[in-house]
Amino acid sequence: MHNVRIIARLDVKGENLVKGVHLEGLRKLGDPREFARRYYAQGIDEIILIDIVASLYERNSLLHLVERTTSDVFIPITVGGGLRSVLDVQKALRAGADKVAICTAALKRPELVREIAGTFGSQCMVVDIQAKRKAPGQWEAYFDNGREHSGRDVVEWARQVADLGAGEILLTSVDREGTAKGMDLELIQKVTAAVPIPVIVSGGVGSAEDFTDAVNVGKADAVAMAHVLHYNHQTVAQLREHAIARGVPVRRFDSAA
Amino acid sequence: MSTVGLVDYGIGNLLSVARAFEHEGATIKHVHTPEELRSCDRLILPGVGAFADGMKGLWSRDLVEPLCEYARAGKPFLGICLGMQMLFDASEEFGEHQGLGLIPGRVVAIPAVGIDRRPHKIPHIGWSPLTLPPERSTWESTPLQGIRYGEPAYFVHSFTAAPKHEPDRLADCHYNGVVISAMVARGNVFGAQFHPEKSGAMGLRIIRNFLAL
Repeated sequence: MHNVRIIARLDVKGENLVKGVHLEGLRKLGDPREFARRYYAQGIDEIILIDIVASLYERNSLLHLVERTTSDVFIPITVGGGLRSVLDVQKALRAGADKVAICTAALKRPELVREIAGTFGSQCMVVDIQAKRKAPGQWEAYFDNGREHSGRDVVEWARQVADLGAGEILLTSVDREGTAKGMDLELIQKVTAAVPIPVIVSGGVGSAEDFTDAVNVGKADAVAMAHVLHYNHQTVAQLREHAIARGVPVRRFDSAA
Repeated sequence: MSTVGLVDYGIGNLLSVARAFEHEGATIKHVHTPEELRSCDRLILPGVGAFADGMKGLWSRDLVEPLCEYARAGKPFLGICLGMQMLFDASEEFGEHQGLGLIPGRVVAIPAVGIDRRPHKIPHIGWSPLTLPPERSTWESTPLQGIRYGEPAYFVHSFTAAPKHEPDRLADCHYNGVVISAMVARGNVFGAQFHPEKSGAMGLRIIRNFLAL
């Protein structure tokens, strides 16, 4: 089986790394660059950097931060938050992003996914899907950090963006985000089974067990974590050891390599 | 330290590649024209996206023949990702497209199923261990010198190069059992399907090795 990716998710507001509950109620944690460097040294597989207010205020304060955060971290970096056009994506890539995560702008105009994939390649196009449970076995795609609803069914939307040329999906459970109470495994199962592209799951990891459940039960291709890492509940090495104990293949990493 | 030409043909993102090489002490020179290319002693052909777009970018800048001349001159040449794929004769991505023809072989889609016949995710994204191909005995005196067998590198691709000649394979990896050509070598011409600039310390080591060739 292919190695599952362990990803650190850095939600930023202005120049600060923040952490909230249900994507709201924010607390400042520090300089995202320091966190990125720490996780890189620990052997994190990728980093996702999301400006969680950019989309709300229709502005983009992210580029400077991306440039600073990525300058000496030699692993893939995904950047999201407020990117609305092919030009915005180009700016993010030029600032040091390898991929972009798009949520609001894709919901407003799905064709943007095809345009970005066509211009920069599918490998660069991650669609950020914020899922909120509406009924048993049913989720709706939200935007603006889970504040606004789109009326779209999450599984249908996931299929559609895969058809439009997205290379990956970042699936966040709005209900579980920041709660550290475990992931929405049913949601993860539904989406991973529905699309042929890799799915990164996010929202609710409070323990190493939650991470391996997302893979073993949910069939996630990658797990993005914030809370457990930022608060030092788990190091990347501990997550990796736990994964191996649970039969989840992960990248071999020696800090001396 | 060495000056490295980075071919800028209007596709993809050169920043990550430039930063990684600069981190290892290289001075990067962006190459847009045949004249700039001819003055290089060490060359990187980066690239992401579709094969046809990449070749179109090279043709429109009159870089195809100069790239082939450069390769024939015996100077170190590294293609990364799409840059590796374009070293080959042709690709079947979105139709049939001709490549640079520096390494015999074709670029084909990654099989849609793993060795267990079950469908797997495409693109192949993530960290896969590099292995020594059956026809190779060592990585000594190549950009992989000092890299341990099984060391993982970061991949993201939907198509894969199939070298015609086994000895051109420098490293393989396995995606759910499917053999992927991870790195190729033919004389002074090297190609990496993975991204050394995104593969952490081991990737930087490969870059350092390339700069020392």
